Amino acid sequence: MGVMKRVSTIFRAKANKTLDRMEDPRETLDYSYQTQLELLQKVRRGVADVATSRKRLELQMNQLQQTGDKLDRQARDSLAAGREDLAREALSRKAGVQGQLTDLQAQYASLQGEEEKLTAASQRLQAKVDAFRVRKETIKATYTAAEATTRINETFTGISEEMSDVGLAIQRAEDKTEQMKARAGAIDELMASGALTDALGGPPPDDIQAELDRMGASGGVDAELERMKAELAGGSAPKEIAGSGQTDTPVGQPSGTSFQKEQPGSGGA
Amino acid sequence: MIIRIMGEGQLKLEDAAVDELNKLDADLEKAVESSDQAAFGSALRALLVRAREVGVELPPDAIEPSDLILPREDATIEEVRELMTDDGLIPG
Repeated sequence: MGVMKRVSTIFRAKANKTLDRMEDPRETLDYSYQTQLELLQKVRRGVADVATSRKRLELQMNQLQQTGDKLDRQARDSLAAGREDLAREALSRKAGVQGQLTDLQAQYASLQGEEEKLTAASQRLQAKVDAFRVRKETIKATYTAAEATTRINETFTGISEEMSDVGLAIQRAEDKTEQMKARAGAIDELMASGALTDALGGPPPDDIQAELDRMGASGGVDAELERMKAELAGGSAPKEIAGSGQTDTPVGQPSGTSFQKEQPGSGGA
Repeated sequence: MIIRIMGEGQLKLEDAAVDELNKLDADLEKAVESSDQAAFGSALRALLVRAREVGVELPPDAIEPSDLILPREDATIEEVRELMTDDGLIPG
């Protein structure tokens, strides 16, 4: 027996177990309808939860993007001021931010797919629950208990299969949402610690460096540094600095000037 | 014959189409038994692609049990194993 048949056998066995518990088959219909309504509530909550998670990811992605842009500006300004060490630090943090961003983008796409599937499942279930309500009244009104049994069995098995499928889909969406929440929380912490944002507060503590290393931040920094140097040497530097709105600041004094103004309180952390 | 693709809904198909699906299903079963991840992924996709091609979607308000149930496209071997035993389904 193949996979397809075995899976359907399990679904049927589960429906039959519930049917066997009922004394009057018609009771089954009302009982099942209640369960359906509950499941419908649950799947709607599931859709809302996934949407919330997705929106939170969206916010974080924007935040990371802004942080990345800021670190890029800081690297340029540092380089223009002759502080290659600071530029290197800023770029290495930018690489970390970029890594997180790429990661979040993939998560976002997957969450979006999950949301679409769950929305479609919720609509299918709604249509079936409506149809079931009508059918259950017809069966109860028209058939004797004996006649009803066959009709009920088939209807119940059909709806039960749908409910199992939707139930598994919700469970899966819940798992994904939980993972996403944990991840979003971790990134919030990382941002709050300044590991991703605060490039110019002196040498980073070891744990921050370790975090950066873990994110593979070191690769590519040298290349980008060289590229920036070339750009600056090519004469685009003054324009870049003007564009960043920090031309009035003496960029030659890195520990306590323009960069740290953007995030008061985080410099000494 | 009515089949369900988990997470997608139900399809109606001609009995003649089932033979072909059964062959693809046999590949899938082999992959599950031998825990061959790569073969499993491609066998599952092949089965689903073919099922969608030959099947006609059942209206959403139809309430009918399926003769065959296919796992969702991104299911893992472990999930499919659970679906083939009692452990995979939420009780109730």
